Amino acid sequence: MSNQNEPMTAGPAEEITLAARRRRGAFSAAMHEVLKAPPTAKFGLIMIFAYLFVAVFAPLLAPYGEAEVVGRQYAPWSDEFVLGTDQIGRDMLSRLIFAARNSVSIAFLTTLIAFLLGSMLGLLSAVVGGWIDQGLGRLVDVLMAIPSLIFTLVLLTIFGTDLITLILVIALFDATRVYRLSRAVAVNVVVMDFVEAARLQGEKLPWIMAREVLPNILPPLAAEFGLRFTFVFLTIAALSFLGLGIQPPTADWGSMVRENATLINYGDITPLLPAAAIALLTVSVNFVVDWFLHKTSGLRDV
Amino acid sequence: MHPVFRTCLQRLALGIATLWVVSVIVFSMFELLPGNFAQAVLGQAATPEIVENFNKRAGLDRPFLERYGTWLTGAVQGDFGLTFGSLTSAGTQARTVASVIMPRLENTLFLAAAAAACSVPLALGLGLLAALYRNSIFDRVVNAATLTSISFPEFFVGYILMLFLAVQHPWFYATASVDSTTSFWEHLARIGLPVIGLTLVIVAHMMRMTRAAIINLLASPFIEMARLKGMPPSRVIWHHALPNAWAPIATVVALNLAYLVVGVVVVEVVFNYPGVGQLMVDAVQSRDIPVVQACAIIFATVYILLNLSADIIGIATNPRLLHPR
Repeated sequence: MSNQNEPMTAGPAEEITLAARRRRGAFSAAMHEVLKAPPTAKFGLIMIFAYLFVAVFAPLLAPYGEAEVVGRQYAPWSDEFVLGTDQIGRDMLSRLIFAARNSVSIAFLTTLIAFLLGSMLGLLSAVVGGWIDQGLGRLVDVLMAIPSLIFTLVLLTIFGTDLITLILVIALFDATRVYRLSRAVAVNVVVMDFVEAARLQGEKLPWIMAREVLPNILPPLAAEFGLRFTFVFLTIAALSFLGLGIQPPTADWGSMVRENATLINYGDITPLLPAAAIALLTVSVNFVVDWFLHKTSGLRDV
Repeated sequence: MHPVFRTCLQRLALGIATLWVVSVIVFSMFELLPGNFAQAVLGQAATPEIVENFNKRAGLDRPFLERYGTWLTGAVQGDFGLTFGSLTSAGTQARTVASVIMPRLENTLFLAAAAAACSVPLALGLGLLAALYRNSIFDRVVNAATLTSISFPEFFVGYILMLFLAVQHPWFYATASVDSTTSFWEHLARIGLPVIGLTLVIVAHMMRMTRAAIINLLASPFIEMARLKGMPPSRVIWHHALPNAWAPIATVVALNLAYLVVGVVVVEVVFNYPGVGQLMVDAVQSRDIPVVQACAIIFATVYILLNLSADIIGIATNPRLLHPR
C-alpha cells in the first residue's frame, strides 16, 4: 500500500480516509508490511504464531497427559522424559505444552473482557459526557489509586481463588486503564463534524459509538490490547506463582515455577523453563506492539 | 496565600480523601463475604459455641458502622486489631496485627530503600544519556535491553540471579533470611540478590519513561528557540530544559517507586525474605482478614503518598507557577 510510505503527519480527518483505504486488500497490505518490518517484530510475530500453534495442538504435541503421573518425582532429563518430571512425577514437557493452552487462553479472555468493558464505558463517557462521564471518571480514579495486585489479593481473600473470580477481578482492574485510554482518544473524535452530522441525522447512541467513533480509535486500542495482554499475562503468572492464581492440577507456567523452585538450589535449570516461556511470549508481544505503535502513530525517528 | 502553596494543600486534601475512600472500600469489601465466614475459617468440625465465641472475639457480632469506626480510629494510631490466626486456635495468646506487621514492615522498607537507592540514579542517568544521544548504538542497545527486561516476570529475574550468582557462583546469599538479631551490614549483605532483582525490573521502566519525558521536553518550541538563538548546549540543558524537567522526572521516579510496592511482593516470596509482601500472601491463603486489611492499607498508603509527592514536586517546581505574571 503506497500511502503507508508517506509521512503520516496528517490530522484525524486524513487518517479516516487512510483507515477506509486500508480496509481494501487488507491481507496483501498486511503481508507487505510484515515483510518490511524490523527483525524484532518479525521474530515476535513468528513466536506468537508458534505459541498459538502449540496452544491449539497441545494434545497432539504432548507426549503424556496434562495431569498424568508417569514417573518418579523430580526425574532428571532423559529420553523417556525429555525435560524430566515435576514434584509429583508428571512429565515436565507435557505440562509446559498444556500450560501454553491454559495460560494464553485465560490471559486472552481476561484482556478481552477488560477491553469490552473498558472501551464501551470509555466511549459512552466520551459520547454522552455529563454526569455519566464524571461518575465513571471518579470511580476509575479511586480504583487506580490502589495498586492492582494488592487489590486483587484483597478480592481473592474474599471470594476465594477460583478461576472465574480471578478472570473477573483482573479484567475489572485492567478495564480502568482501557477506559482512560479509550475515553481520551474518543473525546478528540467526538467533537468532529461527522459525529455532529450523525447526531443531527438522529442516529441512536449505539450507532454513534460503534460506527462513527469506534473505527477512528481502533489503532491505539489495538496497540493497547497487546500491552494489556502482556500485563494481564504477567499478573496472572505472578498470582499463580504466589499460589493464588490458576490452581492445580491445571498446568500453568507460573505455578510450575513455584512447585519446582527447590531444584534451583541444585543448579538445575528446569524450573526456569516455564518462566522463560512466559518471558519469551511477553517479549514477542512487546516487540510487535512497539513496531505497530511506530506504524500507526506516524513516528519516523527510529 | 501563594498559589503554589494553595495548590499543594488542595492536592494533599485530595490525597487524604482518596485514602479515606480506599479504607472504606477495603473494609466494606469484607461485608461481601459469603455466608458464615467464621464457619469456613474454623472448619466444619467447629461447634456453634466455638463459632459464636470466635465472632465475639473478632468483633463480628457488632454492626458494620460501629466496627468500621473502631477499626479506623485504631488504624490511624497503628492499631489494626487482632489476627484471626491467633483467634481460631482457642487458648493461645491473642496477637495484635501491629505486632506481626511492624518488624516485617521495617524489613520491607529497608529492602525498598536499598533498591530505590540503587535504581533511581542509575535509571535517571541512563535515561538522560539515551535521550541526549538518541538513535545512537547506545540508545538502541539500552532500548532493546530494557524492553526485554520489562517483559520478564519478576520471579524469572529473581531465579536467574539466584541460579547464577548464588548457586553456580556462590557470591551472594541464595535466600534473604534475616531476623531481629541480624546486624545492619549482615542484613545489607543478605538482601544483595533481592535488591539486584528489583533494581533490574524498575530501572527498565524508569529509564524508558525518563527517556520519553526528556525527548518530549527537548522537542518543545522554547528549547528550539534557545538553540536557534545560538546558546551553548550546556546552557540550554541547565537553564532551559532542567527547570522544566523536574516535574516529569519526579513523576517518573514516584510512579516507579510505587511499582516497587507491587514488585516487592513477588521478590520477597522468591527470596523468602520476611517482609510485608510475603506476610500478605500468607494471610490471603489462610484468609486472615485483619492482616490482609492492614497490609492492603499500608501498601495503598505508600502508593498514594508516592503519587501525591510526585504531584506536589511537579507543582512546586513548575516555573510557570513559581513566577506568576
